[in-house]
Formats: sequence, structure tokens, C-alpha cells
Amino acid sequence: MSKNLRINKNNFIDQTTRISFKFNGQKLFGYKGDTLASALLANNIHLVGRSFKYHRPRGIMTCGSEEPNAIVQIGNDASLTDPNVRATEIELYEGLDASSQNCWPSVNFDIGGINNFLSPFLPAGFYYKTFMWPAGFWEKYEYFIRHSAGLGKAPTRSDPDIYDHQYSHCDVLVVGGGISGIMSAKLSAEKGLDTILIDDKSFLGGSTIYQENESYKINNINSNKWLANEIESLKNYSNLVIKNRTSLAAFHGYNYLLARENLTDHLSINERKGKVRQRLWKIRAKKVIIASGSIERPLIFSNNDRPGIILSSSIKKYIDYYGVKTGENISLFTNNDSAYETGISLYKSGVKVNVIVDIRKNSDSLIVKEALELGLKVLWGSTVVDTQGYKRIKSFEVMKLSDDGNNVVGDRSKYNCDCLGISGGWTPMVHLFTQSGGKLKFRNEDNVFIPDENKTPSNQISVGSCNGEFKLNEIVINTIENLKSFLSLSNTCYDGIKIICPNEKSKRNIWLLPSDKPIGKTKPFLDFQNDSTAKDVKLALREGFKSIEHVKRYTTTGMGTDQGKLSNMHALGIIADTTGTNMGELGTTTFRPPYTPLTFGAIVGRNVGEFFDQTRKTAIHNWHVKNNAEFENVGQWKRPWYFPKDGENMHQAVQRESKAARDSAGILDASTLGKIDIQGTDASEFLNRVYTNAWSKLEIGRCRYGLMLNEDGMVYDDGVTTRLGENHYIMTTTTGGAANVLSKLEDYLQTEWPELDVYLTTVTDQYSTISICGPNSKNIITKIVPGLDLSDNNFPHMSFKNTKISNVNCRIMRISFTGEHSYEINIQSNYAEDVWIKCMEAGKEFNLTPYGTETMHLLRAEKGFIITGQDTDGTLTPSDLQMDWIIGKKKFDFIGKRSLYRSDTIREDRKQLVGLLTEDPKEVLEEGAQLVENINEKPIEMLGHVTSSYFSPNLNKSIALAVVKSGKKLKGKKLIVPMENKNINVIITDTVFYDKENKRLNA
Amino acid sequence: MFIINCPYCGERDQTEFSCGGEAHIERPKQPTELSDDQWAEYLFMRKNIKGIQFERWNHAHGCRKWFNMVRDTSNDKIQAVYKMGEKPPVK
Repeated sequence: MSKNLRINKNNFIDQTTRISFKFNGQKLFGYKGDTLASALLANNIHLVGRSFKYHRPRGIMTCGSEEPNAIVQIGNDASLTDPNVRATEIELYEGLDASSQNCWPSVNFDIGGINNFLSPFLPAGFYYKTFMWPAGFWEKYEYFIRHSAGLGKAPTRSDPDIYDHQYSHCDVLVVGGGISGIMSAKLSAEKGLDTILIDDKSFLGGSTIYQENESYKINNINSNKWLANEIESLKNYSNLVIKNRTSLAAFHGYNYLLARENLTDHLSINERKGKVRQRLWKIRAKKVIIASGSIERPLIFSNNDRPGIILSSSIKKYIDYYGVKTGENISLFTNNDSAYETGISLYKSGVKVNVIVDIRKNSDSLIVKEALELGLKVLWGSTVVDTQGYKRIKSFEVMKLSDDGNNVVGDRSKYNCDCLGISGGWTPMVHLFTQSGGKLKFRNEDNVFIPDENKTPSNQISVGSCNGEFKLNEIVINTIENLKSFLSLSNTCYDGIKIICPNEKSKRNIWLLPSDKPIGKTKPFLDFQNDSTAKDVKLALREGFKSIEHVKRYTTTGMGTDQGKLSNMHALGIIADTTGTNMGELGTTTFRPPYTPLTFGAIVGRNVGEFFDQTRKTAIHNWHVKNNAEFENVGQWKRPWYFPKDGENMHQAVQRESKAARDSAGILDASTLGKIDIQGTDASEFLNRVYTNAWSKLEIGRCRYGLMLNEDGMVYDDGVTTRLGENHYIMTTTTGGAANVLSKLEDYLQTEWPELDVYLTTVTDQYSTISICGPNSKNIITKIVPGLDLSDNNFPHMSFKNTKISNVNCRIMRISFTGEHSYEINIQSNYAEDVWIKCMEAGKEFNLTPYGTETMHLLRAEKGFIITGQDTDGTLTPSDLQMDWIIGKKKFDFIGKRSLYRSDTIREDRKQLVGLLTEDPKEVLEEGAQLVENINEKPIEMLGHVTSSYFSPNLNKSIALAVVKSGKKLKGKKLIVPMENKNINVIITDTVFYDKENKRLNA
Repeated sequence: MFIINCPYCGERDQTEFSCGGEAHIERPKQPTELSDDQWAEYLFMRKNIKGIQFERWNHAHGCRKWFNMVRDTSNDKIQAVYKMGEKPPVK
């Protein structure tokens, strides 16, 4: 088994630097420059994994990002392991530890392989058809399906690696470092444009760089040597940035592109420490040149998926670039000339090429002639009908094709091999072009979709083989000519370039090759990763699926991690053939980003942990921390939730705080409430229009509570607004609504009422708010501001005073959200903590108790005050909230007024806010719990739900607010709150539970 | 991701802006005189066309000004931007 298949000629692999790695626990060696795939092949290992559905043994099929089979798990560390890594892309490093996926107990003996023998019973849509009955059994099936599905294993611990995001702006971005990309980058840099060239490989030059063939010459030297010189010359341009190991993930509109740069994945673990693993580039380019190349197609015949069956061009790269023989008795199977180049490379490297099976009747191109002159044996007009060998191909069988190519004739002849190269022509990589909004056209001569030059978004161009140019002279000449107009070049360093290359390229396209067996007895794989076959596609068509998007989803063709790069074209071809449609009319499925999978790390970059979102802290935050506050997130704000003392739990702390606030005094940091400064000669008129109640008559120095609606009549926000001067107000909003309210007000001012002279400024962060409530609040304020007359005459409820605390200007409002006599001190934020501490000292003798949001919620619920966003949810009108008193019926208009008497908003059976008391006063309801009347009659009608619920220490009973259908009329009615293991009896009450006469405001 | 030419600030990345839906829907001056159906037409009915669409945009993380934009929704080409109150420069 273990064998060294390395040959000693090549310039690309450093055969002096040996690297050890592990595959499925076995210690192996490779060289610097190898990929995991090339190193495995050099060790004669083809079998690397099992397929997704049938668990068939699968091997390395390609040498790039299109690889469907050779996907492995890297490492086994709980936080660093990486699933679904393509062995053809990962570069070998010292200590690499890879293992096969989707197999148990091992890749050589896999229990799931039984599915292969069950495959006649696992057709397309098998899961949909089988697990839909009996109804309700899905949950039982799901457990087993989930356990048998999936490829690699996700890490179970958080990722310790560092990922970066970086923005970049350039004149020209060149995507792809093959010959056309290199030429494009040079022409762009030569013109003096800021240019970025990216390529996903560790080396530049694409497939030309190892094309060691005398038949290809540019300016009289071999094309590979010419290109190497060109790459060398790029070093002279300081305005050109080259990024290797960088894969373009997405091409969005307006030339906005995302690219992932791999920085450490090719280094040994020790060399990675402290370095950024991957960087996501967000590139805005004035112009984009796509030179993404093309990939070879497989051929579709029975059992075309065995380990050892490899794309012919990949065999060529393994031998010419990596110096690795993919076998010692290789045959090739082709429909075009490309396989002959592989044959010649193999022959020159001393590898036995048994036969070349060619479905064409003949070809007289130079390459074919060269191969024949070397003595390679060709079977013309023939096709492979089957292959043998379970874990590695051993032999294949060939039959003659009929003249029309629809059937096979004659007898099977068998050929032994240990590797079969297949070549079905080339598919231009148009993913990026279509992602950007470009439309494709179909070229019938060689069955390819190529960019439609008339439907290309502006400021981009596709060059080289991704534009459907496959001959060297075409690629070079067209790239130069197209770039001349694209980059406005008059003459270039490439003018007068001379190219010699084989010029004929014939191809005979048969999407699904015929067999002597009926299709039901064959296994012609289309999507190697998802195990969908030509049979499945035909079945889907027979079952009535017509849209290619539906066929794709039903058969899962093209839905693996490779996104069907290899064989989507064949699926389309077979659909077109079967339905008699032209492929151009059929179109393609949608190409969506990313082109190759991105790690979550690259996507989120540094926005993890504390950087996930901004955190806003009040000016008094440090005091809260020092005093053991537990915090609650309110939007981005950190608000004290409660202040536990001596090992109290939340309930105990909240009960103590709530009691203290009503018995003596409580203090709350209310700085997070939104504050908007409103000025201008039309400020009063503006408030009239945005609030439901009237504002013109509010005296200077007075405050008023306002309710703001949306245009649909639903309550949007609320708060107290204070008139500071003739044309000057300060509005408070809810904490969470601050930014949206400001935007909404700006919107109306700028777009609907530009005639109003009003200016809005957010001052939320500039002022801090300290609220002191309770019967002793007056005594505390007297101590802090001795000169201020706090009598009800001079300083009544709903008014404010400008004053000073220790020479610092402040505003004190007498407003209350608890129903207690209370004051709100507004002060510049940089003095807030000092003033807070002063208040605490002054309040010591009165047991001034700091409280948090939970106590605030409890206290206001005792008074039946709503919290917008908790008791409201955007479906309640003021009338639903039993707040009809706040609607200025005489006002001509305000936002939402017209909606308040739409047929729907005047319905009497709308959900309305009510109070709830539980039969058992100790029973506290769950917020969100449903309310019903009759639990015996099914279906049970849901009448509403609980919006706020607390145990009130001041009333010594449970209280709640709820919205209930026709609730206003149901006072005194008994309802039921059905819970998991009991039914709770409740009674509908008034929304105000405490101090209904509002005596305490002036106490 | 668009590049939007704010009429006040110039070209900026789309992330600085927020879209406010269809443009040129004027709030009725006399809402009380409208029937339920007429009010509903103003309140709820919006076009969502493939092709030339007139939209309101706000330079939310910039000058905070609202303006209008003509955008072809089929290819996201921005055909014009213009200030509030101005007539659309294209039909």
C-alpha cells in the first residue's frame, strides 16, 4: 500500500524540506509546497472519505476549490478543529493532523456503506416521501436522520484565533493570478493605477506556469518561462499589491467585493502564535477585472465516482507541478484535446499511459498528433460504460459509440488501470460575474455559459477562460485588446506579442454517456458530494419538476459545500436533453456568495465578546458597580437592575427597595431616558402635531406627560416634556425609543412640515438624571438645595426650577413615575456622580435606598402606569390603554389621529389594558401567560395575555396588568390563566392598584 | 452595496444611509375629511415595482438629512438623487 510516487523533476516543490503529517492517525511525509492532497497521492492514498448519502468510498478528484470528495477534518482540538476542509486546498505544514469525515468506525470499513446496497430504495426525494407519514412521526425520525446526516464535526468550544476585517479602496482589482490576470495586473499597474491582484493559491501563474510544452510559445520562449518572467516583472510596480492565498468570496453591486485572506493556515502550529489567522477584505474598486479561469468537467457514466478517477487536468497538475504520479497504470477518457496534454506530460514523466478513450470519431489537432507520434494508443468513438474496484479503481469497460452517440454497440472490452483521468471540456467560472448582476449567454459550439458583454454591469470585465476563451492566443490577444478599451490604454508593453499554440480545439459533447444497461441499473454520479445521479434528475423530471431551481432542491444536486462547481452543467445538460429544451433558454441556477465557504471567524472578525455591540454606561455607572448593582441590558445601555444587599436574591432586594421608596425615599439613575432639546418659534405647534394632547397652553416652567402615536394610531412612545422657555422645550423619551423617536421627528420636520421653524438636538448623553422619590424626598432636596422654596405653591407637581447644586447649574423637575412625591435632578453628566453621592449622604438619615429598573417597574405597575414596549406592542391605541383622557379631541390633527376612528380601531372587542388580581394573593402570574374564560370548550379561545406582573410589597399581594379582548367591559369578571400544571383563577380589575386618589404626589 | 451621492455630503457608502420607503407620498393636509379607504390608501398602500422606483433615503450616520432617490430596482442603478421638495429629475 505505502509507496513513494514522487518523481524527481520539478521546480515548484522544495524536495529538501520534508514535512511530517498525519492522516487518520498514520504518520506520513510530504514536502514544502505540497497540498494535503498531493502529499496523500504521493503516498499512494486515494481513498479519503465516504460520500454523504450512500457512504461510497471516495477519493481525490481535483486539485482545487471545486473538490467535491476530498474534504477532511483538520485537528481534533475542541476549539481549533476545522471541518469540511478541502484536501486539495490546504497546504501541508509540520504537524498537520487530518482525518476522514462521514464514516464510522473508519474510512476503510464504514457501517453506513450499507446505504450503497440500499441505494435502489433511496431515490431522489426519499426523505420527503418516506418521513411524511404517519403524521406527527417526524419528530421520532428526525433524531435518527440528524445523527446520520452532516459531514464534519463542528468545534465544541469557542474559537481562540484572531480574525480581522480591513477596508481597501483601489482603482483596479484583478481577481485571479493566471496568465490573463497577470497580464491585466501588469497593464493596470503600467498605466499608474492603484491595483490589487488576488489569487487563492500560494503561487501565481495558474495552469500556464507548469505548462512545460514546446508547442506553446510566447515571443519565442515557452509560455511557462515567459509567464514566470512576467510575474517577476510585477515586483517593479509599487502601485501593485499582490495577495496570495486570498479567495474572493462575494462580488456585490457597485464593485464592492469581499475577499478572505488566509494568513496562517499554511504555517506550523508554533509559527501561528499571536498572528491573525484570516483577514476579510472589504474592497471597493473603481474597476474590476475578473480572471477567475475555468475548471474541467468530468464525464457522466456509470460508477464514475471511484477513488482513482480524477480530472485529467488535475492529473497533469499533480505530475507537472507537484511531481506526483496519481497512478502507475493510467488511462484517460475524454471528449476533447485536453486529455492529450495530460497524456504527453505523463509519458514524458515516465508514467505508463495505457489507452486514451475518446468519444470523438477523430481529431487532427497538433496535440493529438504529438500524442500519437509518442505512441499513445487511442480508442476513437468509444465510451467507458462501467468501472470496477471498490476502494480504488481496478479496471474499466469500453464500448463503441453508435454514430449518433445515443447508443453503444458491439461488446465490452476491459482494461486494467489504477487511475482513470476524465476530461469533459471546460466550464468558465462565471460565479463572480453573475453575483455582481451580470447575465450569461449560452455558446452552442462548445456548450458553455459565458458573460454576455451586453449585459455586463459597468466598470467590470471578464478576461481569459472565465470569458470563454480557451486557446492561448485567444486569451492573450483578447485580454490585451479588451483591456485597451477598458483601461483606456493607447499602447501597451504587449503590443506586437507573438504566440504559437495548437489552434484546433474540437469537442464532442454528450452530457450523459450511453450504456448497454438501462439507466436504472447504472450509477452515473452528477453531484459527487451529495450523491445525486443522472437517474435522480430524470426521476425528478418524471415526477413533474420543471424549474431547474426545483430539480436542484429536490435532488440536492449542487447543494453540497462545493456548490456543484464540478457538475451543475451536466445536470442542466441532462435536463435540457430530457425535456428537449435549449440550454440557453433553460438558464442556470443562481450563483450565490460565498464562492468558497467562509469561516464564521472571518465573517465576524473582531466583533466578538465585548466588541459584539456597543455598551453605553451612565455617568454614575462606577458607583453602581461599587455598590453591587446587578445590571440589565436596555438597548445598548447597562442599567442597574437591583442592588442586592447581604446575600439577597433578586426578589428580596426588589421587595426591600420597593417598600423603602414608598415608606421613606428611593433614588434611581434615570439618565438613560432619551432627551431631545427642541427649539424654534414653532416648537409648540410641533409638539401639538406629534403628541396626542394639547401643548400650546403649557406655561413656561411646567411639565406635561405626552403620548406619541404612529400614523396608524398605535402607541409608539411616551414621556414628559418640559417647557423651558417661550420657544424652548426638553422632551424625554423611553430609553429604548430615544434614537427612533428623534429620527421620526426629524423625518416629519424635514419632509412633511418643512415650513415649521423647529430644531432638534439629542442631549441624552449631556445630561444625567437622578430621580428621588418617596415621602422624604422633599427633606432630602431641602438639604441639598437649601435656598429652594419647595412649597406646593412655588414648586407644584409637574413643574421645574433652574437652580444650583454646589455652584453647578441644574434643573430640578417635580415629576413622578412612581406616584410618590418626587424630584428629578438633571445635571451635566460630568458632575452627576458627585451629585448622586451628595444625595446619598443627605439621604442617609432617611434610609434613601438606591433602586433599579425592576423596582421602578414594580412601583409604576402599582400605579397602573404603562411601559411602552412592555404593556404595549404596537397594536394598542390610547383608547385600548384606557387613556382616552390624553387624546386632544379638539385638535385639528396630530400624528395618528385619523387612524383612531378607522373601522378597526373603534371596534369594542379590541384587546384592552386591564388590571388583574389573583384569587390567591400570593400567586404571581408569569408575564406572557395566556388568559382564557372557559377551559372545557375546545378550541379554547385565547382572550389576551399578561403584560406585567409583580408581587407588591406595599399592597402585600400579587398584581398584574394584561391586555384582554373587550377588557374595559369585563371589570369584575373571573378568568383563568392555564399553566403547565395548574390553572390560576384571576379577576379583572382597574389598572390602578395603589393610591387611586393620587394623594401621595403632594404628601 | 451602493455608493450613494448624498445631495449634501457627496458620495458615501450605503452603510451610512437608511431607506425610508416610497417617495412622493404626501401626508394628507385634511386627514379628517378622508374616508377610511382614502386614509388606508395613504397609510398602507405602497408600490414595489421592478424597474424605476422613487425612494426616500436618510443619511442617518452622516448629515441626517432626508432626500429622494430614483433607483432602478432591477439592476440597482441609482439614476438620480435630489433634495426634499424638489421635482424628480427623471420620469
